Amino acid sequence: MSAGLANPRGRKRLNLRSEDISMRVNDLNLYYGQVQALKSITMEIPRKRVTAFIGPSGCGKSTLLRCFNRMNDLVDICRIEGEIKIDDQDIYAPSVDVPELRRKVGMVFQKPNPFPKSIYENIAYGLRLQGVKNRRKLDEVVESSLRRAALWDEVKDRLDDNAFGLSGGQQQRLVIARAIAIEPEVILLDEPCSALDPISTAKVEELIIDLKESYTIVIVTHNMQQAARVSDFTAYMYLGELIEYDDTAELFTNPSRKATEDYITGRYG
Amino acid sequence: MEKHFEQHISRQFNQELEMLRQDVMAMGGMAEEMVREALTALVEGDTARAQQVIDMDDEVNQMEKDIDAQCNMILARRQPTASDLRLVLAIIKTVNDLERVGDEAERIAKIAVRLADTDRPRGNYHELETMGVTVRSMLHDALDGFVRLVPEVAMALVREDEKVDSEYEGLLRQYYTYLVEDPRSTRRVIDCIWIARSLERIGDHAKNIGEYIIYLVEGKDLRHSPRDEMERTLMQDGDEDGDSKG
Repeated sequence: MSAGLANPRGRKRLNLRSEDISMRVNDLNLYYGQVQALKSITMEIPRKRVTAFIGPSGCGKSTLLRCFNRMNDLVDICRIEGEIKIDDQDIYAPSVDVPELRRKVGMVFQKPNPFPKSIYENIAYGLRLQGVKNRRKLDEVVESSLRRAALWDEVKDRLDDNAFGLSGGQQQRLVIARAIAIEPEVILLDEPCSALDPISTAKVEELIIDLKESYTIVIVTHNMQQAARVSDFTAYMYLGELIEYDDTAELFTNPSRKATEDYITGRYG
Repeated sequence: MEKHFEQHISRQFNQELEMLRQDVMAMGGMAEEMVREALTALVEGDTARAQQVIDMDDEVNQMEKDIDAQCNMILARRQPTASDLRLVLAIIKTVNDLERVGDEAERIAKIAVRLADTDRPRGNYHELETMGVTVRSMLHDALDGFVRLVPEVAMALVREDEKVDSEYEGLLRQYYTYLVEDPRSTRRVIDCIWIARSLERIGDHAKNIGEYIIYLVEGKDLRHSPRDEMERTLMQDGDEDGDSKG
């Protein structure tokens, strides 16, 4: 007991039925040149649940998040071993159509990044890319996406205004509306609230909880209370390794690894 | 292990938890003293001493409120997690039990005042004094286990509490006999039953504190669990600790 208040056997596997698994990561190793940023990560991401990745800066949580829609492909020196399967399809297989993958796995970043267009066009953009021209269909999707992102009431009278005129919190919800307009299966959120004030943060958190009815959500956050509030499952990562992965309530009240305990309670490990 | 709560990056938080722990110990010490003094007052027929105990109860009540306020502040400002959260929750529950111990001691002291003028019974309340020693040592062990974070204390407290319960049953039978033998002693014997009841309750509170230590250290809620489940849990965790030393 002298080591601390936790036992050494960190739980890393959730007991999920296979139909409840949206994504599987299998022995994933990622290198930036000579540096190994992810070390043998194996985990299952549950369908229509919120999974949070927490850990100190440089632990690999954002890198892992970006693997799910192959954003790391854009980094020249990045090399990946192992596999990630979405619905049993290996997303790193040569046959995979990457733009199609990114349609299926949407992403929202730390800083809201609306296009320099109207609110309406921001949402309609993805559909237009897919060749949808029918105005009524576009109107419908714009409205339903903005409603699901809890933004409709605030913007319905100014859909033609430039999106940059919205507040940061509204812009972030607009970006989420844009992501859901193309009906993804998974939404990746990379520190979605770190640039937002507490009220906007609360709105986005509320939205995340609503959205999990329809989508699998993975969120990276530095704000542990946020992970505790919004997620169903939490993964703690450190130096590229998955240290512990468990039910959020369990991880925050009774973590099984001392390293997790030290991190979430603000101790120097 | 005892250093565990002093390892936060925030020194301020370390100090807050340390103060909280000291305050709980001070409160526990005072509750323990009240039990001892109340019984001494009874045995010696010392009303002044009994009155002191009655006065101390106000202090213990105030301590409960102060500690709860500190816990409130920590919950609001620090949003503790894991063992820190369990510590704060365990403290909130512990002070509630300690406050009740104070109430029981106060009740004994009030009876001691009432009995001071009556004739000493055979044995001069020796049986209550003995029971008092047992429950006081339980309380002491519970508080000691709390400071040193030793969950095994809980098991010993469960066993002790079973003994106290059967001692209490035995005392009741004894007092019933007195009632039948000498109806004139009714008033005094009923008071003795009240005292025995209070002491038995103090044993329960000590046992409760033991359960909070298990929750604090192991993260498991074993209140209202059968004794063998508690034993099993503590044994299991002992095994796991063996592995962690490697």
